[in-house]
Amino acid sequence: MIKGLALLAFCFLLGMWCGALLGTWLGIDANVGGVGFAMIFLLFSKEYVMRKGAWDEEFAFGLGFWNKLYIPIVIAMAASLNVKSALSSGILALLAGILPVFIAFGLIRILLKKLKTNL
Amino acid sequence: MKELEVILDKNGLIVAFFFVGLLTWATDLISKKAFNGRVPGSALAIGLGLILGYVGGLFSEGENGLADLSYFKGLTVLGGSLFRDFAIVATATGASFLLIRKSGLLGLVSLVLGIGLFFFLGASLAWAMGYRDVVSLCTIGAGACTYIVGPVTGGALGASSEVIALSIGTGVVKTIAVTIFTPMMAKWIGLDSPGAAMAYGGIMGTSSGVAAGLAATDPQLVPYGSVTATFYTGLGCLICPSLFYLVLSTLLS
Repeated sequence: MIKGLALLAFCFLLGMWCGALLGTWLGIDANVGGVGFAMIFLLFSKEYVMRKGAWDEEFAFGLGFWNKLYIPIVIAMAASLNVKSALSSGILALLAGILPVFIAFGLIRILLKKLKTNL
Repeated sequence: MKELEVILDKNGLIVAFFFVGLLTWATDLISKKAFNGRVPGSALAIGLGLILGYVGGLFSEGENGLADLSYFKGLTVLGGSLFRDFAIVATATGASFLLIRKSGLLGLVSLVLGIGLFFFLGASLAWAMGYRDVVSLCTIGAGACTYIVGPVTGGALGASSEVIALSIGTGVVKTIAVTIFTPMMAKWIGLDSPGAAMAYGGIMGTSSGVAAGLAATDPQLVPYGSVTATFYTGLGCLICPSLFYLVLSTLLS
């Protein structure tokens, strides 16, 4: 368990560092894309450990536990936000949640048609 | 009774574990019984979390939803940025280079198109509704991608609690919309082959919505859609607070 957790922690710290560096470089006081960088590092390190043949249950469990915990964490976050003031813009959440989905359906239709005629 | 109050007060994080677990169990049951498993339990649970955040706001005058009630204060720890970012990084476990190779150029094109489309449509709608600051527009645009990309972007850029709540709400609505409308639209868009499912997964992104929508259309397509959808959140977390934020602030200045 702890091996996977340590690997995750290493990638997380490395990614956050990159995000902070990028933020400083861009002149924004924010961690820019640290989570995304960390995910890329995790992808690479997982591949590396696997290639070395050292990947086992220990790694998988440590990572899997946190992988599964993310929905519960988002639930806790949702319950601890200022939803009351956000509700006045609730119509925006509905519009921005539904409208782009229909435009995306149209885009997929066009993309798939193009692909089929090209093949 | 006094002893219990002390225990609950002292172990806020543990109370939060118990509370969220109970809530997940209840929404799983609702998803199975009331919606026949068609709406993902996770989207329902996050939606219910938002409703409880609203209820909490009614009882207290604070800004932290349910967490302003003293017994639920542990929710701010469990749902805080540290746990959130750490757990999201762990979701990359599901991806691998084998999957990247499998999804290929079509996967990449559809991912970039999809994230760009949802982000800029979401931000434009927020603009139309009167939001003018780049951080809020960027957070709501990211929320239109998925309910994860929204809070990660908002957290990184320092958006207000209210705007982050709005971005999660937008993402949850999207997941449910994708789930419900996919089986209805499948024929019209030509969603009938593994390649089509991969393009669809990359453009729609929201992985629970894509999996549930494809399952209702043709269960054999689920793994193909999930291949590309897996990368959507990660890529979104990378480019929304960086590249897209810069593009947006250049457009607005």
